Amino acid sequence: MKLILVKQHQLNLKKNNLKFSITVTLKKDVLDPQGKVVQNTLMSIGLDLKNIRQGKYFEIEVDEIDQAKAEKNVDLMCKKLLVNLIIEDYKINKL
Amino acid sequence: MKSSVIVFPGSNCDRDIAVALDKMQFKNQMVWHKETKLPKSDLIVLPGGFSYGDYLRTGAIAGKSLIIDEVIKAANDGCLILGICNGFQILTETGLLKGTLLRNKKLKFINKDVQIKVVNNETKFSNKYKKDEVLKINIAHNEGNFFTDEGHLNQLQKENLIAFKYCDEKGNINEQSNPNGSLENIAGIYNSKKNILGMMPHPERMTDKLISNTDGVNLFTSLLN
Repeated sequence: MKLILVKQHQLNLKKNNLKFSITVTLKKDVLDPQGKVVQNTLMSIGLDLKNIRQGKYFEIEVDEIDQAKAEKNVDLMCKKLLVNLIIEDYKINKL
Repeated sequence: MKSSVIVFPGSNCDRDIAVALDKMQFKNQMVWHKETKLPKSDLIVLPGGFSYGDYLRTGAIAGKSLIIDEVIKAANDGCLILGICNGFQILTETGLLKGTLLRNKKLKFINKDVQIKVVNNETKFSNKYKKDEVLKINIAHNEGNFFTDEGHLNQLQKENLIAFKYCDEKGNINEQSNPNGSLENIAGIYNSKKNILGMMPHPERMTDKLISNTDGVNLFTSLLN
């Protein structure tokens, strides 16, 4: 019985939780030396590719039902802290 | 002259700058980042180090700490602000200085004495130096590769806001004398009011002949002038 209650509680929590992913990459005209090294290494082991950009990935859960509101919040998080807008671009995806 | 050195978890040049300031007769106080009030100061120093372990981006977390609001207020009121190394990175994260510091071009942490040229010697920070004077100053960083957009670079050049440029012993500014890939060999910049200086080299490490040289001394005597 207790287990069922716990599961039900977790399910309810899930309902209120919206999950987003954020991908942060360096802008096109910003040199990405780490990406270059990774590219060179991939090519040196025989895996050919045109271009590679290294970036960062975040997963954020928001305690919110309204998706538009949640997205706005996440966008603000990006602008205020997660992303340096001078050198980085970001994409938000709903999970 | 009264100075405050802000200390973050991970700062590691805060004692060095405090020793240099004491030696130069500043009345210095250390201020913990969780403080919400700044002591009355003519100069605020954001020291070098690895605040918050360089998590997220260098200086990003420190740039949102409690005391920073006070530092921004003081800066807007004309207080002199000096950001050295990680302090420079923090200044760009707060927006007090434009631009940013990327990872060194060759991806290596660089710790060595390099030459820098005094580009502007007419500020509160540099008036005791001669124009184009070549200084030997230590750098120690992994993210010192200065980058900014074209508009800001133009502004830096037009308004004489470049403080120092990396050069060789003879003062030549070129790719060979650029240790980290910085745009235009830039080692330090001012804001448009010239009351904020951010620089990657460590002048506080060059204030005693016994351990290095005294090429950093004039930055402090300039401030006292």
